[in-house]
Amino acid sequence: MGKTKTEKSGFSFSAILRNQLFIPIAALLLLALFNLIMDPSFYAIRLGENADGFKVLSGNLISILDMGSELAILAIGMTLVTAATGGQDISVGATIAIAGSVILRVVCGGEQSVTEYKAPIIVALIIAIVVSMIFGAFNGMLVAIFNIQPMVATLILFTAGRSIAAWINNNTLPVVNVKSFGVFGNYIPGFPIPTPFIIAMICVLLIFLVLRFTTIGLYTQAVGINENSSRLNGINPIFIKFLTFVILGICVAVAALIKVSRISTINYSVVAKDIEMDAILAVALGGNALSGGKFNMTASIIGAYVIQFLTTTLYKFKVQSDALPAYKAVVVILLVVLSAPVVREKLTQLGAKMKANKKEVS
Amino acid sequence: MKDNSVLEMKNISKSFPGVRALQNVDFRLCEGEIHALMGENGAGKSTLIKVLTGVYEKDGGEIFLKGLDKAAVIRSPQDAQNLGISTVYQEITLCPNLSVAENMYIGRTKGAGTNWKKMNAGADKILKSLDIPAKATQQLSSCSIAIQQMVAIARAVDMECKVLILDEPTSSLDEHEVEKLFKLMRDLKKKGVGIIFVTHFLDQVYEVCDKITVLRDGQLVGEYVIEDLPRVKLVAKMLGKELDDMTEIRDDSLVYKEKDASEHIFEAQGLQSNAGIKPFDFYINKGEVNGFTGLLGSGRSECVRAIFGADRVIHGSVKIKGKDVKISKPIDAMKHGIAYLPEDRKVDGIIGDLSVRENIILALQVLKGFFRPISKAESYKFADEYIKLLEIKTASADTPIKSLSGGNQQKCILARWLLMNPEYLILDEPTRGIDVGTKVEIQKLVLKLASGGMSVTFISSETDEMLRTCSRLVVMRDRKVVGELTGSDLTQNKIMSTIAGGDN
Repeated sequence: MGKTKTEKSGFSFSAILRNQLFIPIAALLLLALFNLIMDPSFYAIRLGENADGFKVLSGNLISILDMGSELAILAIGMTLVTAATGGQDISVGATIAIAGSVILRVVCGGEQSVTEYKAPIIVALIIAIVVSMIFGAFNGMLVAIFNIQPMVATLILFTAGRSIAAWINNNTLPVVNVKSFGVFGNYIPGFPIPTPFIIAMICVLLIFLVLRFTTIGLYTQAVGINENSSRLNGINPIFIKFLTFVILGICVAVAALIKVSRISTINYSVVAKDIEMDAILAVALGGNALSGGKFNMTASIIGAYVIQFLTTTLYKFKVQSDALPAYKAVVVILLVVLSAPVVREKLTQLGAKMKANKKEVS
Repeated sequence: MKDNSVLEMKNISKSFPGVRALQNVDFRLCEGEIHALMGENGAGKSTLIKVLTGVYEKDGGEIFLKGLDKAAVIRSPQDAQNLGISTVYQEITLCPNLSVAENMYIGRTKGAGTNWKKMNAGADKILKSLDIPAKATQQLSSCSIAIQQMVAIARAVDMECKVLILDEPTSSLDEHEVEKLFKLMRDLKKKGVGIIFVTHFLDQVYEVCDKITVLRDGQLVGEYVIEDLPRVKLVAKMLGKELDDMTEIRDDSLVYKEKDASEHIFEAQGLQSNAGIKPFDFYINKGEVNGFTGLLGSGRSECVRAIFGADRVIHGSVKIKGKDVKISKPIDAMKHGIAYLPEDRKVDGIIGDLSVRENIILALQVLKGFFRPISKAESYKFADEYIKLLEIKTASADTPIKSLSGGNQQKCILARWLLMNPEYLILDEPTRGIDVGTKVEIQKLVLKLASGGMSVTFISSETDEMLRTCSRLVVMRDRKVVGELTGSDLTQNKIMSTIAGGDN
């Protein structure tokens, strides 16, 4: 509009506010500060021996990085699905149950309890990934081809997923009594950092490579913002939406491996319960519009760890696990309202006014 | 405040990050007056309207309304409405699935109950008094766009508005419908309503308006009585310079000569899409500029969409440089060097939230492929190059395209396709809703591209624009090709008579 006169913005208050990473990082700092004031021992990290006699790191911070892994991995796929379709997949918890069940079925070969692998773990993982991709493709098909709202489309698997998971193992709970099976959910012998965190970081690295060396970032955003234009520019919106669901499927399988490895077995009705809501929250906390379009992957991943930070903090303060969601809700309301564009705009205006006042004074 | 004025805006200022959209603008509207607000794209017309209607909050200045002692406070569209300021936008903002009466009274009924009988009777009365050919109980979507526009106006009038703002109301209407709208405007004028009319059509301004206020670069140029400001002067005021004669843009050296034609770049036979056009034959030579003409809705756009594969092609064969090819979706056409600038910029063109840079590189990126992303540095280079070349007014290459003015958005989309370096460029209404200066620029560019060997198909609602640029016109009527004009047949009269079917 009119003449282009760029004002010197430099390192201003409003520029920081406008940055998408502002909300998740501010939330993280706030939580960190809260813990620092309440109990600095929260941050203690010890190098102790675990049950197997290996030296491992422990402490609240380590457990946040550990327990937040599945969420961070899911947030990757959920961010892409959100960007391209303007909706969310609420079936990820249920499909984790399915993928976990598949892993156990392959590793145990249908037996109740095994002391050695019936099939190599890598084969189990690959089959689980393929199965999750198929379920992702199913969701993707409903959304991309039949134009069903993502939340409604994924409601199907949300409802049926855990039953399918139970059916895969004939409603038994196979137990894997092999030491090395626990590696993915605990520690690699001799290495002090929890394996889930390492896996999550590998996934993060992979997605950044994918975003760097393919055009998926541009395409998903374009499709999410204006499907018509995207099509007229030669993008296939159906394929892109489909693809995001398949990628989320891969994320689900990896998260499932960590989940079953943590306890060497599975509980169909409890495993990864409500994780879909946390994954969606991670995306929202990252300042990404849930209606699709532009996204910031880093912000989503930080968002995932903020949620875990919050959960761990609440546990630390002996909040009963039943009451946990209520506390979480309060914090979430605050954060989401703060990150709403309307509020941010007002804050930016306020910042501008404060700056103007300062100038007048000086 | 003067006695007969209904609205006075004084020293209005408004800034956006990086841009001063309005600087101390004054505007005065009198009772029973149709007042044109003119200016190039980005001159500040829409911003001024949005400040007045409460969409934006002004940074400075005051607004006075008749009947108010002190400056009016307008913080939201609701405030504006309560103060008697009503707006009818270019895009219909009513609910098509409700009845005409419901649309007129929506949000204005008191209490929970609705007296349907009274509402319908009231609506019918207003419609009749304004001579609008619609029934209260009719579903809105069953009315033509023009009638829907009028219903929107009727709604505004019934809310006892003192100031009626018409923002580009005529851009989707045909001539006959425009005439009806003008009659309605004149009727309202007699009733003492002050009307602000925003349009790009100079003819229309001179047909209905009493006064003109011209803005340029966010500043007031002046207010003029229509008789004192002939067309050429108006254009000069809007551009801020004397106009180099628009009719002379056609340089003889640039004129396409049929004998240069060595090959058909594109040739279609019996092409038909699912958008409801009759099968048509079409060809274009290297370096030729041709066009589709016809009334709105005659199938011009549908034809070029079929060529590009934007609609589903159900019939016909296509040859590119003599070779049979199959174009079933846009990417096929792009791979064969065809580019298409769509008619509806907002719906089919821009990716609103993405930056100018991302919008410009999009087509080239898609063509390069999924696994070969254009590097950031390279994309900045491309964007900066075209921002400079096409003189796109933007704060930076990273500005979201939606915050640019219409004309500049259009230039970005044009840049997107030029970057692809196409052999055949289709421009569907590239000049719609764009100011005069940019129009001329685009026409010049088309001729320059063609002289460089690019084939261009150009569609425009303004016939003189097409006469200036095209060397061959395909004429359409009722979704069917009815004629082709070249050489000495390229005159307004001949086009009109072909469209009307006078020959047969």
